[in-house]
Amino acid sequence: MLTVTDLSVSYGAISALGGISFTIRPGSIATLIGANGAGKTTTLRTISGLLRAKSGRVTFGGADITKLPPHQIVARGLCHVPEGRMIFSNLTVDENLAMGAYLQKDKERIARDRDYVFSVFPRLKERLAQQAGTLSGGEQQMLAIGRALMGGPKLLMLDEPSLGLAPKLISTIFEKIVEINRSHGITILLVEQNANLALEISHDAFVLETGRLVMQGKSPELRANPELKAAYLGG
Amino acid sequence: MPRPHLALLAALLAASGVFALSDRIDPYYLDVLVGIGINIILAVSLNLVNGYTGQFSLGHAGFMSVGAYLSAAVTLFLGPQLLGAGGGTALAQNALFLAALVAGGLSAAFAGLLVGVPSLRLKGDYLALVTLGFGEIIRVLIQNFEPLGGALGLNGIPASTNIFWVLAGAALTVFTVTCLVRSTYGRGFLAVKDDEIAAEAVGLDTTRYKIVAFVVGAFFAGIAGGLYGHFKQTISPGGFDFNRSIEIVVMVILGGMGNTVGVVLAAILLTLLPEVLRPVAEYRMILYSFLLIVLMIARPQGLFNFRFDKSKS
Repeated sequence: MLTVTDLSVSYGAISALGGISFTIRPGSIATLIGANGAGKTTTLRTISGLLRAKSGRVTFGGADITKLPPHQIVARGLCHVPEGRMIFSNLTVDENLAMGAYLQKDKERIARDRDYVFSVFPRLKERLAQQAGTLSGGEQQMLAIGRALMGGPKLLMLDEPSLGLAPKLISTIFEKIVEINRSHGITILLVEQNANLALEISHDAFVLETGRLVMQGKSPELRANPELKAAYLGG
Repeated sequence: MPRPHLALLAALLAASGVFALSDRIDPYYLDVLVGIGINIILAVSLNLVNGYTGQFSLGHAGFMSVGAYLSAAVTLFLGPQLLGAGGGTALAQNALFLAALVAGGLSAAFAGLLVGVPSLRLKGDYLALVTLGFGEIIRVLIQNFEPLGGALGLNGIPASTNIFWVLAGAALTVFTVTCLVRSTYGRGFLAVKDDEIAAEAVGLDTTRYKIVAFVVGAFFAGIAGGLYGHFKQTISPGGFDFNRSIEIVVMVILGGMGNTVGVVLAAILLTLLPEVLRPVAEYRMILYSFLLIVLMIARPQGLFNFRFDKSKS
């Protein structure tokens, strides 16, 4: 579904990604884990076109998307929920969702997607007319994911959905991620610092360390890996 | 008919009403009213760029001067040839004036495109500096371009601007900006302001949005310039300096970034304030500045802005 080949990215002279390669299987939940500064967010941003790759290739559904601008990548069904719940705080919940469907022209499909978003996050329906900036942290994260779902994604990339949320809310959000994957067959690429949780819900996992892929495999196997346990899972 | 269209119609009717009565209004008040109308056009159009789209431009006076000079050139140089020796009928004169205004607006919009395409990749302070530099470049260019009068400016521009043109222009500007930001397409401007990365992530071409805001804003600034030139009958490069841009920015900030009603009221208030303060003569500008400071401390989010403020959460 998504193949990244030998991808390198640098910020000026500083190299952030030093040639990573991985493949995401259709219908799976894959996770990219690693410490701060490992290059997880950089990877997502490069895939969605927000950053330019220095070298390497990104292919999505068989087509090379490495040099496409972000809006054309979204149009192909690759949606990105950026880190830090970047919602449009001055727009209402309703308008935020409408912006998510910005590239959709089919009205019926937009209505169906809206119903689907409300079925996953009923809370959003109660808050429709509310200004998004006044939502709680958890609701804002729901809105960010809901907005991405309005774009009709085939692959949904989530950047740190647990960031700054209370533990109880984190498990709710993660349950929803699994639900979105199972009920709609949307492939998910999840970036997380909370490696334990990420490995629990994902099928495949990739471990990044200072811009390099140091480990990959099935999530349950990685969870049992003593080396990884010591480094990321707290013993 | 939808509400904004009704409001536009009402405003146009009111404008013709005021025009019909203009003989009976004290010319001084009429002058102030024209000033208010032109400032509304400038402030509301800049608000599309600075307020709604969140791009800090300091070059609005530059675009205004492009429109002022081009439309003045049309009526001064092309006018006599098109209308003939007699000066033409009133209808022909008004038609020429309209054409001159539109030409001024379009040329300013084109200037907006020229500046916008390379500079809108910049952000915040950098964009402000580039637009500031642009405004100054235009001013210096005109100052040294003899066919447009150089530093002396252009004189003897026909007094085609009347209160109807100004009020109609203000109404059209408010109408266009309001309809634009309320449309599905136009919500993109607010999205770009709220969060550029998120806007890109949902598939907006953010650079394009910024350019559209810039070009539309510049267009109306050009119209305002044309109205201004045909009102004062004389324009010189000095009238479109950096201070003029700042005045407009202050109206936008005081009115509340991205709040058209507030910006209109701020434009009215800030045009009236120096007039009202005339009796205190030499202390006028001190008081004016002092009031600005007080207003900014009391209502940092803008006079009439009651929406949620991200910076305070």
